Amino acid sequence: MNTIQPLVMQARGLVKRYGQVTALDGADFELRAGEILAVIGDNGAGKSSLIKALSGAIVPDEGEILLDGSPVHFRSPSDARRAGIETVYQELAVAPAMTIAENLFLGRELRRAGFFGRFLGLLDKPRMLSESIKHMSDLKIGIRSMTQPVETLSGGQRQGVAVARSAAFAKHVVIMDEPTAALGVKEGNMVLDLIRRVRDKGLPVVLISHNMPHVFEVADRIHIARLGKRAAVVNPKKIGMSDTVAVMTGAMRPEDIPAECLAH
Amino acid sequence: MFFFKTPVALAALLAAGIACAADQPVIGLITKTETNPFFVKMKEGAQQAAQAKGAKLLSGAGKADGDNAGQVTAMENMIAGGAKTILITPSDAKAIIPAIQKARAKGVLVIALDSPTEPADATDALFATDNYQAGVLIGQYAKAAMAGKPVKIATLDLFPGHPVGAQRHNGFLKGFGLAAPEAKSNELGKAAEVVCMADSYGDQAKGQTAMENCLQKNPDINLVYTINEPAAAGAFKALKTAGKDKGVVIVSVDGGCQGVKDVAAGHIAATSQQYPLRMAAMGVDAGVEYAKTGKKPSGYTDTGVTLIAAKSVAGVEAKDTKTGTDLCWGKK
Amino acid sequence: MKSVSASPHTVRLPQLRFSSMTLRPRLPLATLGPLLALLAACTFFATQSDRFLSGGNLSLVLQQVMVVGVIAIGQTLVILTAGIDLSCGMVMALGGIVMSKFATELGLPPALAIACGLGVTALFGLLNGLLVTKVRLPSFIVTLGTMNIAFAITQLYSGSQTVTDLPPLLTSLGNTFALGGTQIAFGTVLMLALYGLVWFALRETAAGRHVYAVGNNREATRLTGISPDRVLLGVYVLAGVFYGIASLLSVSRTGVGDPNAGQTENLDAITAVVLGGTSLFGGRGWIVGSLIGALIVGVFRNGLTLMGVSSIYQILVTGVLVILAVATDQISHRTSR
Repeated sequence: MNTIQPLVMQARGLVKRYGQVTALDGADFELRAGEILAVIGDNGAGKSSLIKALSGAIVPDEGEILLDGSPVHFRSPSDARRAGIETVYQELAVAPAMTIAENLFLGRELRRAGFFGRFLGLLDKPRMLSESIKHMSDLKIGIRSMTQPVETLSGGQRQGVAVARSAAFAKHVVIMDEPTAALGVKEGNMVLDLIRRVRDKGLPVVLISHNMPHVFEVADRIHIARLGKRAAVVNPKKIGMSDTVAVMTGAMRPEDIPAECLAH
Repeated sequence: MFFFKTPVALAALLAAGIACAADQPVIGLITKTETNPFFVKMKEGAQQAAQAKGAKLLSGAGKADGDNAGQVTAMENMIAGGAKTILITPSDAKAIIPAIQKARAKGVLVIALDSPTEPADATDALFATDNYQAGVLIGQYAKAAMAGKPVKIATLDLFPGHPVGAQRHNGFLKGFGLAAPEAKSNELGKAAEVVCMADSYGDQAKGQTAMENCLQKNPDINLVYTINEPAAAGAFKALKTAGKDKGVVIVSVDGGCQGVKDVAAGHIAATSQQYPLRMAAMGVDAGVEYAKTGKKPSGYTDTGVTLIAAKSVAGVEAKDTKTGTDLCWGKK
Repeated sequence: MKSVSASPHTVRLPQLRFSSMTLRPRLPLATLGPLLALLAACTFFATQSDRFLSGGNLSLVLQQVMVVGVIAIGQTLVILTAGIDLSCGMVMALGGIVMSKFATELGLPPALAIACGLGVTALFGLLNGLLVTKVRLPSFIVTLGTMNIAFAITQLYSGSQTVTDLPPLLTSLGNTFALGGTQIAFGTVLMLALYGLVWFALRETAAGRHVYAVGNNREATRLTGISPDRVLLGVYVLAGVFYGIASLLSVSRTGVGDPNAGQTENLDAITAVVLGGTSLFGGRGWIVGSLIGALIVGVFRNGLTLMGVSSIYQILVTGVLVILAVATDQISHRTSR
């Protein structure tokens, strides 16, 4: 069960203000190993600010973030990436004219050993190809050729490439920001399956989504954000969708959630 | 008492100044571009003449060859600035007409320099080179220089449809003794002796390319007509690389100082020299005359064309390169 | 391709199949098209004139396109990033004037004069790059402005006079050597070598792939941690260097420093790039295509002159080819979606 899993990432008392607006008002966060944690919340609930703080896109004014128990201070997304946190975005962040293999290694190209690789930046193409095949097959993504340009793929497959990219390079956490929002039903389901496989590989996933059915399908726990704080963390297997939405909108108070619906 | 006098004195000075300025004829010169040495010389000539005659010269130009709007704006600004005479080298012979008509309606004297408007009588007068005659002179020289040998001619023209390009080209054919279109024609005349016609755009590098391609077509070309001296320089380079520079005669038009140097060096056999300075000076004179007496010039005045050659040939009058250098335009 | 069963939890995706060991996708029509067009043109002119296919004539065509050809290398890099550079011709002219005047009037050693010319053109590249990345102006507008600035400086500094009597080093690239009975200019060898170098770098280095990525999807590139601004800056400066090399080639070819050179070279270079199949939208293209595009124009100019056909038809043909090239690019773009 999830309760016995160690904490991978934690945040305590995060505060972020933009002028008069307080986006994060002492928000807490816990991510355990081997789980898919869905983060939901209405607009203005602070969930995007929370995620941005975790992925290094913003620096919180107060509070602390812990990764594997040690405090971390991300000043940029690169810091977070270096710490092993990868993010998948809603807009398909792939270069359509380039191949799958090139997209997988974009920005992190494998270079040849020695002078040619280090100073001239010459690519080690055979290794990139074999590793791409390995990464994609790890996630059981069925695409015939790594040398296909990404634009020949469907939306779901393209997002699959982005997911595979983050799964390949993440060491601790994969954050997915509305990964199915731009996709149709069938494609969205494909990506959900992928998300499960990422978790099964051993990488915990933080999933931000507006899509309640998707959330209830894949999440192990659901973090409900409201008014810049964490309102509750619930168990999707026990709580109903309408109650969850009620907590999200404030129609139901967190205190009123039955104990067995909560998750730790 | 003191501060009573000063503003009065100032006002008196100002009034005197304005009165002085009111007597000074204001003449506007609008060239096609600011940078072509031909127009630079024209402006110099205009300034010298204006100074000598006590006139005030306003000058302006379009941004590039063909920039009609720039010339219209310059004209409007100059007239607003008090110009009673406009001297213009029209970039677009037709499109400039409405602006000229407006100016003349206000009583402004408009004289075209270097090339006419279309129709030519849209301006009060035209002071220009007779480009056809310029071509005739070098054609005559070429004929004499070739001394009856069978000729294979290459013409390096400007680009299709330009009147000056056509006039010089056709004049050359006429002067050489071949059948040629009349001076008014915009079409390039053809002849059996002309084995290659290529466009140089008046540019040295493009002239070189045109000559190279013509030589490939017909390696026996022995006479080259060029639209202007940069094109001639390019033609010479191509001939030199092909080892043919000694046996080929190149003729050109313009009489710029660099071109006259090329004639002296033997790269160009002869060139028809034209006189931008004279055009401008005549224009300024006419403007001053108009301001003083209200008399307008009319019709076409040929500002003259002189054949410059290093070697003289029988039956053709040419001036030597020293004269050419004395009269040339551009930097000596 | 995929079979999806009703229940989302048991989606089956087909097994992976391994394909060829290269990372390159197969050459699409937009890339082969220009080559076919060039071959077709050459074949046609060979039938019309027995002089066309001679070694001397072909060597000549190469020399005639070498200046635009090298400018087109820089232009291709800029267009690959979804930009455009209208200043290339004027910057080249400025470089030529700087080189020639420094070597003659200022009496600098020729090699240093050449280096100064390259420095000036690279500086203009830097200016373009900074205005595009830091001030965030569209490249069309920026280079329209720098084009005029470069032109004005060239005319003012040269006094609109051609610079002659250049030291031999400045014109050395115009010299030729014999290869199997034909004279080949050193400049054309340099052009071909540069194309080979840039082709290799774009294909095989990380920096080269980043150029394509930035033009293809700038935001995606940024999200993977690459700085699009740095890539763009590098591209514009490098383009400036290529314009400087083109300056030297221009001086070598004509033998003089001509302040009126480069007037039409910006559009000629863009024509070459478009004819070569590179997309004006960025992210797609083949550097060698630009060489083919430049050769297509040169071949038509040479061939039509050999045939005695009026040059107005050369202009017409170029226009038609450009439309065909862009249309082919658009169609192949659409069908691959």
